Amino acid sequence: MVKQEKASANRPDNTAFTQQRLPAWQPMLSAGIVIPGFVLIGLAFIGIGVALFVTSRGIQVLEIDYTGVEQNSPCFPCTDQNRKNCVCDVNFSIDTLFQGPVFFYYGLSNYFQNYRKYGVSKDDYQLSGDLSYFKAPSSTCSPYEYDKNNKPIVPCGSVANSMFNDTFKLFQIVNGAKKQVSLDGKGIAWWTDYNIKYRNPSVTPLKNAFNGTVKPLFWSKPAYELDLSDPANNGFINQDFLVWMRRAALPNFRKLYRRITDGDYAQGLPAGNYTLEVSYNYPVLSFGGRKKVVFSNVSWMGGKNEFLGIAYLVIGSMCVFMSIVMLIVYAKFKFPEED
Amino acid sequence: VLLLIFYFSTEEERHLRANDRPFNLSYHYANNAIKTSKYNIFTFLPLNLFEQFRRLANAYFLFLFILQLIPQISSLSWFTTAVPLILVLSITAVKDASDDINRHKSDKQVNNQTEKWMNVQVGDIIKLENNQFVTADLLLLSSSEPLNLVYVETAELDGETNLKVKQALTVTGDMGDNIDELAGFTVQGTLTVNGQTYALDNDKVLLRGCTLRNTEWCFGLVIFGGPDTKLMQNSGKTTFKRTSIDHLMNVLVLCIFGFLASMCTVMAISNAIWEVREGSVFTAFLPREPGVDAALSSFLSFWSYVIVLNTVVPISLYVSVEIIRLGNSFYIDWDRKMYYPKNDTPAQARTTTLNEELGQIKYIFSDKTGTLTQNIMTFNRCSINGKGYGELFDFSGQRVEITEVRGEYLDFLWNHLADPKFIFHDHSLVETVRAGNPEAQAFFRLLALCHTVMPEEKKEGELNYQAQSPDEGALVTAARNFGFVFRSRTPETITVVEMGKQVTYELLAVLDFNNVRKRMSVIGERNPEGKLTLYCKGADTIIYERLHPSCNKLMKVTTDHLNEYAGDGLRTLVLAYKDLDEDYMDDWKKRHHEASTAMDGREERLDELYEEIEKDLQLLGATAVEDKLQDGVPQTIEQLAKADIKIWVLTGDKQETAENIGYSCNMLREEMKDVFIVAANTAEGVKEELQNARRKMCPEAPEEASVIKARAGLFWCQKTETVQDEKVDGDYGLVINGHSLAFALEKDLQLELLRTACMCQTVICCRVTPLQKAQVVQLVKRYKQAVTLAIGDGANDVSMIKAAHIGVGISGQEGMQAVLSSDFSFAQFRYLQRLLLVHGRWSYLRMCKFLRYFFYKNFTFTFVHFWYAFFCGFSAQTVYDEWFITLYNLVYTALPVLGMSLFDQDVNDRWSFQYPQLYSPGQLNLYFNKKAFVRCMMHSCYSSLILFFIPWAAMYDTVRDDGKDIADYQSFALLAQTCLLVVVNIQLCLDTHYWTAVNQFFVWGSLAAYFAITFTMYSNGMFLIFTSAFPFIGTARNSLNQPNVWLTIFLTSLLCTLPVVAFRFILIQLWPTINDKMRHKVRKEALPAPAPRRLPTRRISTRRSGYAFSHSQGYGDLVTSRRFLLKKPLKSRLALFTQTDSPLAENQPQHYRTIAEEPEEAQSP
Repeated sequence: MVKQEKASANRPDNTAFTQQRLPAWQPMLSAGIVIPGFVLIGLAFIGIGVALFVTSRGIQVLEIDYTGVEQNSPCFPCTDQNRKNCVCDVNFSIDTLFQGPVFFYYGLSNYFQNYRKYGVSKDDYQLSGDLSYFKAPSSTCSPYEYDKNNKPIVPCGSVANSMFNDTFKLFQIVNGAKKQVSLDGKGIAWWTDYNIKYRNPSVTPLKNAFNGTVKPLFWSKPAYELDLSDPANNGFINQDFLVWMRRAALPNFRKLYRRITDGDYAQGLPAGNYTLEVSYNYPVLSFGGRKKVVFSNVSWMGGKNEFLGIAYLVIGSMCVFMSIVMLIVYAKFKFPEED
Repeated sequence: VLLLIFYFSTEEERHLRANDRPFNLSYHYANNAIKTSKYNIFTFLPLNLFEQFRRLANAYFLFLFILQLIPQISSLSWFTTAVPLILVLSITAVKDASDDINRHKSDKQVNNQTEKWMNVQVGDIIKLENNQFVTADLLLLSSSEPLNLVYVETAELDGETNLKVKQALTVTGDMGDNIDELAGFTVQGTLTVNGQTYALDNDKVLLRGCTLRNTEWCFGLVIFGGPDTKLMQNSGKTTFKRTSIDHLMNVLVLCIFGFLASMCTVMAISNAIWEVREGSVFTAFLPREPGVDAALSSFLSFWSYVIVLNTVVPISLYVSVEIIRLGNSFYIDWDRKMYYPKNDTPAQARTTTLNEELGQIKYIFSDKTGTLTQNIMTFNRCSINGKGYGELFDFSGQRVEITEVRGEYLDFLWNHLADPKFIFHDHSLVETVRAGNPEAQAFFRLLALCHTVMPEEKKEGELNYQAQSPDEGALVTAARNFGFVFRSRTPETITVVEMGKQVTYELLAVLDFNNVRKRMSVIGERNPEGKLTLYCKGADTIIYERLHPSCNKLMKVTTDHLNEYAGDGLRTLVLAYKDLDEDYMDDWKKRHHEASTAMDGREERLDELYEEIEKDLQLLGATAVEDKLQDGVPQTIEQLAKADIKIWVLTGDKQETAENIGYSCNMLREEMKDVFIVAANTAEGVKEELQNARRKMCPEAPEEASVIKARAGLFWCQKTETVQDEKVDGDYGLVINGHSLAFALEKDLQLELLRTACMCQTVICCRVTPLQKAQVVQLVKRYKQAVTLAIGDGANDVSMIKAAHIGVGISGQEGMQAVLSSDFSFAQFRYLQRLLLVHGRWSYLRMCKFLRYFFYKNFTFTFVHFWYAFFCGFSAQTVYDEWFITLYNLVYTALPVLGMSLFDQDVNDRWSFQYPQLYSPGQLNLYFNKKAFVRCMMHSCYSSLILFFIPWAAMYDTVRDDGKDIADYQSFALLAQTCLLVVVNIQLCLDTHYWTAVNQFFVWGSLAAYFAITFTMYSNGMFLIFTSAFPFIGTARNSLNQPNVWLTIFLTSLLCTLPVVAFRFILIQLWPTINDKMRHKVRKEALPAPAPRRLPTRRISTRRSGYAFSHSQGYGDLVTSRRFLLKKPLKSRLALFTQTDSPLAENQPQHYRTIAEEPEEAQSP
């Protein structure tokens, strides 16, 4: 026995793996699977497509461009660079009830928040409240690292510096009188941004943490005074700041400004005339950008986007069509079984 | 005092003084320690890194890494390139290190062999004893044997197992074993003893690697040690082989570089335009750095995009390719169906980088002896006095195949001198001989007397025959076992034990064999009776002319038998005898003596004398010797022919033998339209014969070969010339001999040769030299652009093994040289079909699938960046998270594709054998070529468009279901990368035909790993620890809980997949490939049972096989010469080898082995 083992010491092992005999499933693109598969997928797609399309249709959206390019537009006067603290009123009307909760967005177009050098121009350590980066911001923030007097800018970088600073007030015209619609600025940013990613240094009062630093050049108020009405909504965890810092993927984007959730307007904006009071600060005309406000409500599938529904419908029907084509090809040309 | 100086081409001269170490050391000759290792502990890191960075791909990634360190350019963090690069470098380094450790080990083993070889220095005198290895290249000084001969076996060097003779100079030889005297000289140039000069030549040098045999001891002076020895000098020159896929890959990678450059140029130009039109006015929010204008920005963006888009040339490609090849090589090593139990030899993939080429072989060049045949001759049948012996019949009179009745062979116990390994099945022959049948006894007596075999009897009764050709050995052994034992010979006598009785024959004359005579006779006088008889054996046609008319009837019967034997592919000889009367013999002897001492016309006069005495012979019968084929050779050749592989046999044997083998292994067939034989002796003659053959096969073919010239390879600087295949009706064969081949390989004729040869089904080149073998291979390589494989077992095959794309060595035999220079080795020729049709085909299929998929996944990955550029101001903003970019090739998609390329099979091995036609796509290079690559790119282009624009459109201006942001960059990146990963995985699933559990695990595991890693990297904890490294915190949670994100992923994946499915489905219906058909068939039918092994149908053959002597001139002269038998007559055998210019120097006697037939199957459970 031992001798025999010795005589075949080099004999390879007889396992399914070494002999390449592993049990396996060998699927094939056979007509029995492909054609019914296409029909089923097609039908499913059409179903999903209809659901999406109907849902999307049900979402109300109101977009108002207030850039003021045209001479007759209400904000045209504010486009003059020299006017400070310009306020303009934009009037609009709603025909039917705008189902609540209504979300109030501002939108920018032709604005390259996704430009690489713009995107990297911030300091994550500083924004997470690390005081040592208050004194010496990261070099990625260049050119908004230090001001002319070589004082560190906090928050540093292009992203923070270019924070959107138009503010809006919404009034419903009720019997000729302006009735302010209360806007909710809480909880418009991601939970993780508000609680984890961005943190203020644990210094009270917050102002002291900013000693020896300057505010971003474009800002009118320092970071710790962004929201005078709510001391908790200041510094790096100011909701508007958080929304701005989550930079957009595409050059046309909209960002959540406020929610209309409470008071008389919790059920939505009733039909009627409205005035939007815009304090116009943010310059976009120089690069051909546009500013707009958007009122929208949402569904289970998010905001209004008709593309998905239409795409599902189109592709679903194409699948069904392809299955017919394949059926014809199969019936007519299926390759001869015999060699 | 002697001084030795050698002149060599490599170094001017070599001075040595025997046993004078200080003197010799002053020249710093290499000592005998051998070093094949490349590194030591300290040099490993720098040397290995240096070597690795010499590879273009690694250097390129190093360059990328450096680019990334420049902040103005860096579009990606340093780790995206550094991590893969370090990983790749360390994998390679580990592999190199383990290789080198193995080399260190084997060096150590060699250097520490018994006598501490490494301590031997040039100039030392060393003593070797019998059966020892020669430690270094030695100058032979003296030996124990007469005439200072030593016998060495050179199996390690050239695979030849017969002994070779070396002879020392007499002047040193006379010093014997007197060390003082031997050491007392120095040797110079030619060797000088006391002022007298003696010439030295190769005959006096023992090369390292030989083994000393039959010599008690010898003394040698070390002249070359270690790395300078011929063995080491020759072994290092193996050229590095690369596969055609490698070459294609290099070309493609270069194209990809070009493509990358053009993409980056487009990006740079677009960036310049953007900077002028948009960027210049957007400066309020995105100020330009001082000094950066549109031109500089565009220049920087070019390099930034080089970094972003570099993934089109994936660093892991080369590593993955190596891993796949290694894995597929292991399968070859592990294959039990290529393991030969008889000598415990598994198949071995010695080169692990050539696997896929095994699936593309178009031409096989095979050696004959030892590869197709076993080089074993068996005495198979005989016809004695009109009665045939050796065949077995069952009860109904049906012929029974001998292999089926194993174990039923005769025992020769009655004959204590019989060779135990001899096997014969027919009992009636023994009975006939033992019954004293005079013809049968005369038959075997003739076989015992008429030959030039040398006996060796070391122990009483243990006979060993040294035969000039194995045929002769087989015949003499047959006689021995049937009771006529050839025992010993002196120049004048032969002693035979006839049925137990010792008889001595006086050898009056040996009428030796040559090519014209084709017969051999001896005239023997039986002592003490004094009966004179001439025994003659030879080719049938020759002997038949010289028979006595009384034999006519017997002749007819014997001819029938001969035809039968020839039909079975056996080699036949006819035996005849003639009783001579004494007076005539005396007269003849006198005349013979005169003739052989005549000054002129000696040959003619001798021939006349021979002619005179060899007539009126009495026919005894015929022998049939089988040149035993290796097992399964005809079947293998048939299979390979079905796979459209052309087999050329290149053999050193003579034409008749080679032709004979051609017939017996089914390469030449009776039903072939014609077998052309080219054997002309002039260039014109060869040309004419080749042209005639070509015109006959294909009359409409143009006279001039049409050579298609093209350019290929890197930078298209490699010119290729291709001769197209020409269609021929019917099968033809071509046999060309070495002499004609020499002319045909000349520049002006080689195209003619190639065209004619390629029209033929079978090509046999006989009497070719090793160099010609290589030339033939190179000719086909050069003009056919086809993949060639050479298979052989001996040193004479080394050149062709090295020349062919793939060299296969037959292992498990004594010679190792062929195996050492081969890329794959196994023990039996028949394993070749498994190597090619199963392993080769799978390897090729897997490699092509891998490459197609790999390029697809990387292009798709990269193109998405390209589309995104149009939306981000060409700012080299990546679409995906940097970590995803780092891990995409290394982690997320590495294992599934490896799984596919290690496990995939279209049909299993048995179906592969059943339909060898499945092999042909590989030969035509169908699965991966430039076209397939372009298709891949277009497919990627489509997928990437879907992968970018569907998420783009789906996310445009949309928000989460709670109204919050989701169209932000980070969510978009996550969406795009998830879509990408799902799509490439589905694509992999579509490509995988063979789903093992491992594949499933890899695919699902990789997807799971992706999500696990993504959620981990985007978790709070990771951000809190490495704040700047993981800025994507929370993205996964916030976006992957949105239904519209999943709906987008679903849509994207199906939109990428469904067209592919539909396209493939329609393609299969309209233009099914052979694979599709086969896979369909496999599904429907059970594998047909292997056809029962049928008895080879007996061919009615008119062609008579060759002559049992495979070599030109016999050595009858030597046998009868007294020259070397002075000292020890018993050792007469050895004398045969001393005369190097004798015929036998050209025809080295082949070591004779008797049949060893053990049932192989019985050993394998």
